[in-house]
Amino acid sequence: MSTSTGAGAVTGQTALPVASVPRRAFRPGEGQMVGGVAAGLAHHLGLDVFWVRLGFVVATWFSGFGVLVYAALWRLLPLRTEDEVPAGVGAATRRGLRTQPSRLPGGDVGQAVALLTLGVGVILLLQRVGWGLDGRILWPVLTAVAGFALVWRQADEAQRARWRGAAPGVPVLGVLTAGGVGSVVRLGLGVALVAASIGLFVAQVSGFSVLGDVAGATALALLGLALLVGPWVHRLSRDLAAERRARVRSQERADMAAHLHDSVLQTLAMLQRNADDPRAVARLARRQERELRLWLYDEQVAGESLCRALTTAAAETEDMHDVAVEVICVGDAGVDDGTTALARAAGEAMVNAARHSGAAKVDVYAEVSAASAEVFVRDRGVGFDPDALPAGRMGVRQSIIGRMERHGGSAQIRSSPGAGTEVHLSLARGDAS
Amino acid sequence: MTVPLRVVLVDDHAMFRSGVRAEVGRDVDVVGEAADVDSAVAMIGATAPDVVLLDVHLPGGGGTEVVRRVHLRAPDTRFLALSVSDAAEDVIGVIRLGARGYVTKNITGPELVAAIRRVADGDAVFSPRLAGFVLDAFAGTIEVAQIDEDLDRLTEREREVMRLIARGYAYKEVAKELFISIKTVETHVSSVLRKLQLSSRHELSRWASDRRLI
Repeated sequence: MSTSTGAGAVTGQTALPVASVPRRAFRPGEGQMVGGVAAGLAHHLGLDVFWVRLGFVVATWFSGFGVLVYAALWRLLPLRTEDEVPAGVGAATRRGLRTQPSRLPGGDVGQAVALLTLGVGVILLLQRVGWGLDGRILWPVLTAVAGFALVWRQADEAQRARWRGAAPGVPVLGVLTAGGVGSVVRLGLGVALVAASIGLFVAQVSGFSVLGDVAGATALALLGLALLVGPWVHRLSRDLAAERRARVRSQERADMAAHLHDSVLQTLAMLQRNADDPRAVARLARRQERELRLWLYDEQVAGESLCRALTTAAAETEDMHDVAVEVICVGDAGVDDGTTALARAAGEAMVNAARHSGAAKVDVYAEVSAASAEVFVRDRGVGFDPDALPAGRMGVRQSIIGRMERHGGSAQIRSSPGAGTEVHLSLARGDAS
Repeated sequence: MTVPLRVVLVDDHAMFRSGVRAEVGRDVDVVGEAADVDSAVAMIGATAPDVVLLDVHLPGGGGTEVVRRVHLRAPDTRFLALSVSDAAEDVIGVIRLGARGYVTKNITGPELVAAIRRVADGDAVFSPRLAGFVLDAFAGTIEVAQIDEDLDRLTEREREVMRLIARGYAYKEVAKELFISIKTVETHVSSVLRKLQLSSRHELSRWASDRRLI
């Protein structure tokens, strides 16, 4: 029986929503034919969208009742917002990391055209038989309905665009132009249709001669109205713009948080897979900790600085060599040839300590005063005799000491077997900016 | 054998509390845990511990609020601040209210036990990071006419000690480096702590805006 499959479809659809909260009907954001009212209603009632559309068409045969109900619901049912999705999903959507599936029964164009044809055909038939509306009213009404549908549809587009944060800065203009050239055409056509319907009505009732007078009077009235409500609209639009900026900001923060939480999840997954490799676990945990700490507690210093360069070098050393590198900065300096060389030499020293000392931790301390910049790189590892450097490490030592001396600084290496190593880099800052 | 130190653990993350308890539980007696300001104040009042391990960020007003309220009734309670937050104003804030030291949460178990013992003995615990903050706070020159001049300036020796700690030296290594006893190092550090708590240098109060490029 056909009803049994229908019932099956019904239970299948009503099982989806959660029962505890009272369900609200809404209009879908995507895939609607006109305003999405039929699709939203069908979803809410658990019916196939075809029956809802048919209902509207049939109701329209009775003095246009269906169109009135449709228009009312269009205004009353809210557009589906993105608030219902989890924060991470919303953020991923905004960052374009996922494709948005259209989850509602949507646009079967052929079916809609067939229904439209049926509806219009029956209405024309009723007109011909004489049971319909007065012909002088019918055509203006039909034109106006089409015009309003176009304008309202454009308003929906603008609202959706605002949620995506894609609308331009000026709200009133945003309503007009969200969606590009197509939207302007749609809006213009809608307004023209409504104006035409009014003109048609006036012409049919009072004759074409008064059309000019009516148009002039209307233009004057509109001008007066614009002067009256102009300031209010302007203020409203400014408030809206401020509100939108706030929303964009909070969305940016949410996206950032989502990105971090996402990376934490990745790290946790990696930790589980590397649970039997303590060095890998420590490295993963350290990297994640660094990222989170940077985001949560670091003041966002604009541009480059010595301290930032040292922190970056420390992070690279940590990742490459499985040691912890702690950087302490007192004061900071901007980037120039000297501080760049200082940071590079310090980076070399960190890598050396990580590679050869065997210590689990390297301490880096940078102190910048008006007169000089100093960096200490210290480990508590095996140490060595600086006078008896192995041949393989001469080059590295040259790249630290030589680099510093080329830039007018100096490097001292203090080390003895068993007592760890400390590299002291210093650079005079004669012409401090 | 001596009686183990009695410690209360205040942190809003249960996982971290159980981790610390597992790490230090053999060496000290963890007599209580609390997860927010109110329960922490009640727990400290009920158990009168030797040392309170205190998270800087806590629901109900933060670690500073715990120190303030406990010190109203029991001014001798010793706090060791423990945090992942490296925000200087938070750390300095809790020290200025009376915590006797600050360590970061990635400290190892034995180091933490040593820090707890040091705080229980009335000494101060300065991690490299805190030493860095202190040097930053007391950096620059001060006008001669300043009142409380002693409080507003580190002596050259104190500065040296702070610098070595910031470079990653343990107290023992600082002592060896400067040819002084560990006790003298501890005296210097305690003196710095006192200055940090009592100084009226306005850099300390409006810390965040003051970390400038030299």
